[in-house]
Amino acid sequence: MKLIKKQDRQNDAKAGAEGSLVSSAIDRRTFLRRSGIAVGGIAAASALPLSMMRKSEAKAAEAAEAKGEIKTVRTICGHCSVGCGIIAEVQNGVWVGQEPAFDHPFNLGAHCAKGASVREHGHGERRLKYPMKLVNGKWQRISWEQAINEVGDKMLELREKYGPDSIFMTGGSKHNNEQSYLITKFMRFWGSNNQDHQARICHSTTVSGTAAQYGYGAMTNSYNDQHNCKSMFFIGSNAAEAHPVAMQHVLRGKENGAKIIVADPRFTRTAAHADIYVPFRSGTDVALIYGILWHIFENGWEDKEFIKARVYGMDEVRKVVKNYPPDVASDITGTPKELIAKVAETLAKNRPGTLVWCMGGTQHHHGTANVRSYNCLQLALGNTGRSGGGSNIYRGHDNVQGATDVGPNAHTLPGYYGLSEGAWKHWARVWDVDYEWLKNRFDQREYDDGKGGKVKPMFTPGIPVSRWADAVLEDPANIQQRSPVKMVIFQGMAPNSQSRGAHQKKAFEKLEALVIIDPFPTVSAVMHDRTDNTWLLPATTCFETYGSVTASNRSLQWRDKVIDPLFEAKTDQEILYLLAKKLGFEREMFKNIKVVNNEPVMEDVLREINRGTWTIGYSGQSPERLKLHQQNWGTFNTSTLLAEGGPCSGEYYGLPWPCWGTPELKHPGTPILYDQSKPIMKGGLNFRANWGVEKDGVNMLAEGRYVAGSDIKDGHPEFTFELLKKLGWDKELTKEEMDVIMKVGGGKPETVNWKTDLSGGIIRVAIKHGCAPFGNGKARAMSWELPDPVPVHREPLYTPRHDLVAKYPTYPDRKVHYRLPTRYASIQANDYSKEFPLVLSSGRLTEYEGGGDETRSNKWLAELQQNMFVEINPVDANNLKIRDGQQVWVEGPEGARIKVMAMVTRRVPPGMVWSPFHFGGHFQGEDRRYKYPEGSDPWVLGEAVNTVTTYGYDAVTQMQETKTTLCRVRPA
Amino acid sequence: MARMKFLCDAERCIECNGCVTACKNEHEVPWGVNRRRVVTLDDGVPGEKSISVACMHCTDAPCAAVCPVDCFYTTPDGVVLHNKDLCIGCGYCFYACPFGAPQYPQASAFGVRGKMDKCTFCAGGPEADGSPEEYKKYGRNRLAEGKLPLCAEFCATKALIAGDGDVVADIYRKRVMKRGGRPQTWGWETAYRS
Repeated sequence: MKLIKKQDRQNDAKAGAEGSLVSSAIDRRTFLRRSGIAVGGIAAASALPLSMMRKSEAKAAEAAEAKGEIKTVRTICGHCSVGCGIIAEVQNGVWVGQEPAFDHPFNLGAHCAKGASVREHGHGERRLKYPMKLVNGKWQRISWEQAINEVGDKMLELREKYGPDSIFMTGGSKHNNEQSYLITKFMRFWGSNNQDHQARICHSTTVSGTAAQYGYGAMTNSYNDQHNCKSMFFIGSNAAEAHPVAMQHVLRGKENGAKIIVADPRFTRTAAHADIYVPFRSGTDVALIYGILWHIFENGWEDKEFIKARVYGMDEVRKVVKNYPPDVASDITGTPKELIAKVAETLAKNRPGTLVWCMGGTQHHHGTANVRSYNCLQLALGNTGRSGGGSNIYRGHDNVQGATDVGPNAHTLPGYYGLSEGAWKHWARVWDVDYEWLKNRFDQREYDDGKGGKVKPMFTPGIPVSRWADAVLEDPANIQQRSPVKMVIFQGMAPNSQSRGAHQKKAFEKLEALVIIDPFPTVSAVMHDRTDNTWLLPATTCFETYGSVTASNRSLQWRDKVIDPLFEAKTDQEILYLLAKKLGFEREMFKNIKVVNNEPVMEDVLREINRGTWTIGYSGQSPERLKLHQQNWGTFNTSTLLAEGGPCSGEYYGLPWPCWGTPELKHPGTPILYDQSKPIMKGGLNFRANWGVEKDGVNMLAEGRYVAGSDIKDGHPEFTFELLKKLGWDKELTKEEMDVIMKVGGGKPETVNWKTDLSGGIIRVAIKHGCAPFGNGKARAMSWELPDPVPVHREPLYTPRHDLVAKYPTYPDRKVHYRLPTRYASIQANDYSKEFPLVLSSGRLTEYEGGGDETRSNKWLAELQQNMFVEINPVDANNLKIRDGQQVWVEGPEGARIKVMAMVTRRVPPGMVWSPFHFGGHFQGEDRRYKYPEGSDPWVLGEAVNTVTTYGYDAVTQMQETKTTLCRVRPA
Repeated sequence: MARMKFLCDAERCIECNGCVTACKNEHEVPWGVNRRRVVTLDDGVPGEKSISVACMHCTDAPCAAVCPVDCFYTTPDGVVLHNKDLCIGCGYCFYACPFGAPQYPQASAFGVRGKMDKCTFCAGGPEADGSPEEYKKYGRNRLAEGKLPLCAEFCATKALIAGDGDVVADIYRKRVMKRGGRPQTWGWETAYRS
């Protein structure tokens, strides 16, 4: 019935925001007739003792007037990775109130502008309301049945003509784990690795770099653990705007005495709270870190014992760091020598210290190298694997961690299993489908693997989202798959968050078919001039469905459904089911997943994830355990996340992964990675032994250090059935476990290891002996298989210091990198800095998120940021005759330009400009509001900064370079 | 009897605007009217400080002193409220207020300047507590429900505190004492620039 109410009110919304007070107050009035609302939770507010509350006076007469009971729903914010708890009040199916979750361990009731406005999701009209398609350039409403049939027919037609790889699909980082998993499963069953999500353009380099060093590519500690830091080093992270609620923990840490250092080319709102602000030139992270490490090694401040016992290759790093003495580091970075020395001393004398980074570090063509240099600093200081230390990687979206772990990724199956034959066979067993059937879904031809060999598409990474436009536009002869991409399905993706917008527009127009599955039309619906073969399918927001989401600290939280789907929107899982059914593989895909009214049951999906994802310990977080944690979130300590008493006693909130073994093992989760001070069963961990037992005669296993309570008192490799046998522990496997192991190994149990043992028996026995299933290895300061085993500084492709290119060049061009040719040196060869003298960087605003379609459609948020702008220093502004508030053209070296408002501020240094990346809907000066389906245009539109960002892709992950490019600015 | 007060801790405020949207959410405040705003001083340079500002519910409120129709009143909790039925939308209170708290809707029966609207400390207005009329004119009455203003309850960093002035002062005093232990914040380095 609420649905009808919403539609009745559509006209009010069109009348303008002023009308909204009256129109949406209707639902609230009914609600307000009753008084005496439960005040539970308020008592827990640390800042607000109960004594100051007035007694609630319940009036019986008023209560009787209430038409419906108010239901309280616990759910999780859908914006960033902090994972704030939300208390939603729902009456008659309408979301009537939002109350603080004071006892939630992450946010303690707090919200930023976005979190404080999520109730708007239940009322906002600026949404995609029903399926639509373009007919002769006009949007036409169609039925769901027609939409699914037409999209499915198109897919089958293209498959016939060009093969399964002609379709590229993205998921989103705002899908929950189960939806993300279904998206990747859908594309694998379709027969292609051409799938991806925002992590590619967000923290892909973090994962590739950090996993290559520590074993896992995730945040090592937690936001809450920052209460225990003695120092915090933020580099390329503007937490005050990107993760505002994290700042609650940061500032608590600061008040406990931690020194805060913020390194950023721009004086951010986070820098405003720092003890030391370190400005440096955009894209010179490695040189800055090595400048710091130079002092650390020079003064002998490194943690020698820790390095000897737990780190491989630090001597190689030391050799490279010698090339960055203060003069050199200062010349490259532009940071004063004294400041670099001061940072080094502060970090050395305030241990444990944590290092926080975000997109400022990752979004570079050498992002993986940046990340590895950060981790080298932490390893040198001995900060990794302890409370108050670690690499605290703040992830972006609410479930980008989970979507990275188990969702659509071009380069790996769920759980970082990779794309090897063994990995496919493992997942075929989990999915309970025949491997040969699965294999035959893929294109059987072979293509250049870029290493002098040939490879089938099933075993090679697909097209990454950062390069989808190239996969459409590139000469077919240069693409290592049967055909260029002909059809794109964006299920939760904003193109304005990807670089080279002008290039993307051409790709949109060349596609044979385009499908957008999203609660909002997104910029994908309007930035091109397509006329046909374009479909919009309305999906629900996260509050109209349910499932688990993984916060940045690896905790899984269960998100309850607040309201039923609005308008004609369907949940992503239902859309996937309908599509799979149309394409004819729904029976295989949902073999062990119950489907009710076309909607897969999320609990079953999570159980399947549990059954397959042993590598990162997504196996113990059953839906039942997660729901219990959610219902008892007030029983967890807000610093340690440990439940003290109550039904979850002894467990960590959200069972942060790895939560080893089966749910029955009752592993409590791992709050701090690689922390050997606690036994495995209490959340302790070693570094992962993932790179063999020795390298060129050097021991790769930990020396003399092991996790508390370990029966093996030294380094050891990962557990396999064979190792169990050697140790004589194989006898401890139960008969049922042994049967499964025999089955997995096809009669050869010695081929089975802890990652493929579907019984969880090997893990159980290893942990029984206090050992980590993945072994006890050394962290790697040097990763021999990556470009630059020890990271070195490399100038940006579009550099303002072209004089440094000869000494610090980029990589050579590559013929095949994720199926595509990728340019480096040939771009850097040209000096653009004379014509385009300003560095252009981009970042976030608190009010908006990602491409901003969702948040710019929220009137409470949109009102706060109504203009796209570019920050420019007064020096540059005066030289260019630009005044504050004036419209200017920002022009990029690849020919694109945007018209935006100038904000003259000292926040950016001379020589650099900065813009937020959340805007869209304008294109090179043109307002394209008329392109949106009627009534679905966001309140605020603006130029996308990524229209002018340029070429540049990480040498390991294809991360886009959006943080350092060049531009020029002139008055419009 | 408690006297209600707001306090914004500038050491903690990060200008996230959570308080602003919390207010919009709770009271369905229309576009263009901001009962609460975050003001940033020295924007973009070292020393930058932000503070969230709304009606401060003055003990001797200048708005009340100048109002020609005497529409203001102070509740026993020390919350300054006004009666929109009496308000003539003259804007005199806006002149008087040191914080720019009074807001005026852009379209109304009173031409360009409608009846004044401002922060109520989530305490509604003269109508019956929790009544639809009260909600329509002033927003939700959280105090009557035993709750405190949502802006403060939602504050991302617990910078904005609201409630009994004595308790608010006590919380803030403890924070300042704790920060005193950080020489880089308040002690020698700051005092003597050493």
